[in-house]
Formats: sequence, C-alpha cells, structure tokens
Amino acid sequence: MTTFDIDRIRADFPILKREVHGQPLVYFDNAATTQKPRQVIDALVHYYEHYNANIHRGIHALAEEATARYEETRQKVADFIGAPGPECIVFTRNTTESINLVANAWGRKNLGEGDEIILSTMEHHSNLVPWQMLAQATGAKLRHIDIDDEGRLAGDSVEQLIGERAKLVAITHMSNVLGTVNPVRQIADLAHAQGALLLVDGAQSVPHLPVNVQELDCDFLAFSAHKMLGPTGVGVLYARHELLESMDPFLGGGEMIRRVGLEESTWNDVPWKFEAGTPNIGDVCAFGAALDYLQELGMEQVRAHEVSLAQQAMRRLSEVPGITIYGPKSDEARGGVVSFNLEDIHPHDLGTVLDRHGVAIRAGHHCAQPLMARLDVVATARASFYVYNKEEELDALIEGIQAAVRLFRAPAPTRT
Amino acid sequence: MPQPQPEPEFDELYREIILDHYRSPRHHQPLANAQVVAEGYNPLCGDEVELQLNFENGAISDVSVQGRGCSISQASGSLLGDIVLGKPTDEARRLIGLVTNMLTDAEAEPPEELGDLEALQGVAKFPARVKCATLAWHTLEDGLKQREAAGADRPIVTRHDE
Repeated sequence: MTTFDIDRIRADFPILKREVHGQPLVYFDNAATTQKPRQVIDALVHYYEHYNANIHRGIHALAEEATARYEETRQKVADFIGAPGPECIVFTRNTTESINLVANAWGRKNLGEGDEIILSTMEHHSNLVPWQMLAQATGAKLRHIDIDDEGRLAGDSVEQLIGERAKLVAITHMSNVLGTVNPVRQIADLAHAQGALLLVDGAQSVPHLPVNVQELDCDFLAFSAHKMLGPTGVGVLYARHELLESMDPFLGGGEMIRRVGLEESTWNDVPWKFEAGTPNIGDVCAFGAALDYLQELGMEQVRAHEVSLAQQAMRRLSEVPGITIYGPKSDEARGGVVSFNLEDIHPHDLGTVLDRHGVAIRAGHHCAQPLMARLDVVATARASFYVYNKEEELDALIEGIQAAVRLFRAPAPTRT
Repeated sequence: MPQPQPEPEFDELYREIILDHYRSPRHHQPLANAQVVAEGYNPLCGDEVELQLNFENGAISDVSVQGRGCSISQASGSLLGDIVLGKPTDEARRLIGLVTNMLTDAEAEPPEELGDLEALQGVAKFPARVKCATLAWHTLEDGLKQREAAGADRPIVTRHDE
C-alpha cells in the first residue's frame, strides 16, 4: 500500500484543480505525458525571470549561473539513474531523438550487411522506425522478439533471436500499451554474451520505477523529461562513457566543436559533442526540479503506489461485461498502464464519452501499430497512472464506461 | 462524484440515427464481382471502411459498405450507402461535396436534401472526430475518381488513407 500523502501531492499540481466539461479532471493519460507540479513550473519561470542566458560561453554572471544550473541537472540525472558520472548524460529533445542519435552516431559506424538488430513486437514506433531507417542504410537486418498470450516477451524467442549476428538489442523496459516490465538485466546478459550492445527504451520505466543503469548493465538508455513531471522538449540519452567517446557526432554546429576551420573541425568533449546548438536551457533547469520532486517521493514508493492503482483498476475493470484487458496479470511483471477493449464499443467512442465525464484516457494505436496487429485489434483504450492519481478517481472511470455501455450496446442488432 | 449533466453538444454527436446505423449497419452484404472496391483507412485511429460498387447507365446500381472502427466512421459509411444507391456518379460527387462541407464547417446549415445525414452535423464541433466521419466519403470520392481515370471497363481496387 501507498505511504504517500496523496492530498499533499495533489495540492502541488495546479492543473488538478480544473474541471473538464463541468466535472473534476481525472487525468489517466500519464503514459502520454504527465502533469507538472508547482515546483517545476516555478523553476521554469525562475529561470526566465532571473538567470536566462546562453550557456558555456558567456563571461557574465547570468551565463555562469545558467551554465551551473544546466550542468547541475546533468549531475542530477546521472544520480537518478545510477550513472557513473555526468559525462554519460546527453540532453536531447525527447526519447525519440535519443534513439535516433544512437542509430546515427553509433549505428552507421558499427553496423553492416548481415548484422542483426533485435527488437520486439511491443516496441513504440520511436524504438522501431529509427532502426528500420538504419537497416535500410546499412543492410543490417531487423529481427523481432514475439510476445506470449499475456503480453510478455516469449522466453524462447529471446534466446533464439539474440544470436552471434546480433550487434544491437533495442528493447523497451516497460511497454506503453501492455504495461509489461521486461527482464532487462537478463536480456543484457544474453546480448553481451553474443558481443551485442543493449539499448533500453526507458520512456515508461524511468518515470515509474527505480532504474539503475549499472545494475541493468545496459549500454544505452533513452527517456523523456515530460513523462516524469518535467517540461516537454527535454530528452536524455545515457550511454557508457567509452561508447560516447568512440561515436561520431550526430548533429553539427555550435557547442559541439572545439576548433573550426573552413574545411574541417574538431569535436568538443563528451557529452557536449552531442549537444549541437543552443540547448533547451530553461526546460533542462526545470527538469532538475522534477527530479528533486521524484527523489523526495522515492521511486520505490512511486512504483508501489502505481502497482496498487493498477491492481485495483484491473480488478474493477474486469467486472465490466465484455471487457478484454491486455498485458500481464502479476504485479512484478507490469506497471501502471492498463489497456483494454470493450465489446461493441470502439476506444474512440469510449474516449469521447469518458472525456465528458472529465476522465482523460488515451484511445488509439499508442504509436505501436505492429503490436496492435499482433493483438489483432485496431486500437485500445488505455488508462495510465502517476503519483497524483488516487483510488477514488477510478469511480469516474468506471461510471464513464458504464455510460458508454448504455449508449452503444445494442439490445439486439438486426443487420440488413 | 456528481452525475454528469447531459450536454447538448454531446447529444448532437451521438444522435439516435447514428447509434442505429452503428448497431445495425445497412448495405452490409458483400457484392460478388464488384466493379469498384474502394478501401479507406485512417492510420491515426485504425478505422477501416470498404465500399464495393457496381454501376449501370452511369449510376451506382449496387453498393456494399463494410469495415471496422468507431461508431461515427461506421454510421457515416452506412448512411453513405443509403443516399448514393441509385444516384448518377455526378450526383454522388455533388453529395460528397455537400456532406464533407457539413462535416468540416460547424456553422454550415445542412441542405434539406441530405435527409438523415443531417444527424452527422454535430461532428463538426468535435475536431478529433471529423476524420472518422469523412473517411467513407473520401474513400468514395477516390474510388469514383480512379474509376473514371481507368476507363470504367475493368474492375479496380482503390486505397485511400484519410
């Protein structure tokens, strides 16, 4: 059970005071993006009101302060995921850009004809499309680990596919649709035994459970600030230091250079070699406040709270006639994401009805079209939870679902 | 929790006619040897509509509407079948224009000749759902256009992404 003081947490989030269509907002779309606490909003405003300046080159007080705060957040990120040091942390725009950085800066240099990139059928498009593009450019092949009926990676498929031609395994830590938490450490061992590297898509795991890159033994980890109370427009790539050193730059321009001539240039040290142009300084600084907030709550507590909510949601949803709930049943193997479908009611119709009840969920393919095909559905409805959600909010979800059932389910359809 | 108040806009989206066409779609039997098979797909939400059409003397003599998706997309297809059956292709094209205009312009007053299709008028106030309603119509438009280009002599299959 949760040891959170939920009311105190909720008081930190101004948006939770608003109403939607005359109903209190119930925000269950946290896998898409999370809301922001006052502390993060204040940190962003504070940056623009007090020390807005470009970083790493000014000699005035504002530039020094901005640089210090920006680099302080890099250290906080390193601490948050147990990275050996801040030099392993690259700021990007989002998870997608972090993965594209690896595909371009590492992949184009290290992959060739016949090499294999191992993915899974549960990947978000952001951990699929960059590898498709890389495969087309290099002649490497994609192979996909299948899932079992409960939406977990099929064990024998994992071992069979990670073979001697594997150069990279790129896998999600937690599925944004199924909620499945994958055994990343085990996959790291299998990958490394074949000489392959492991990239972990942490977009859904870093915000929701304790993640330590050294314990996971992953080579790359990508995630986004906006899914963990931080602002939009900030992504993180963690990579082992020696990998970053050996990789070519991704984007060229200011910041990432040391000496520039008319014909050629030399590169800055890592991680700045990968941060071309003026970065998103204000949002990175505000992201620091989000990390502080989560650290204070404690990630073990965050995880326990969400597991408890997901468990209750699944219990109550399973009482709705004609419902299909996707993903694993056991707590250890899943996070706070619950996807489902109702017989005779399309997720978009459900989403529209729930919206009128003030309940925000996601309805659609969740940027995981191959997974939708694998589940043989066109779309699912998805409720996803975070630190400020409470058990009572599930009432509104269930009431909304019942209203949709009353509206859409036909007594006895006659087809002509 | 307070009970949600019924809101006029919401009732406007899920009108009884829409729900009826969703639950009991018309023109649902597939055609054998259709002259035009027009498939429509909305990659954003996965809605699918398949129209099968036969023609005689320049008019749509047979129509079948199948698919899977939300109530708006499927009801819109069913209503499409009702109104275009028996219409000359030029007339069908004109109707497509009238309907898509109604679906995208919340201020537009639906012409009386659209009959039950007027029930779809409320969609214009739900920007996220407009494409659900236009899918079948754009699919038909694409099918008719390609039939004309192909010369109308041989069966064709068209694919439209909304």
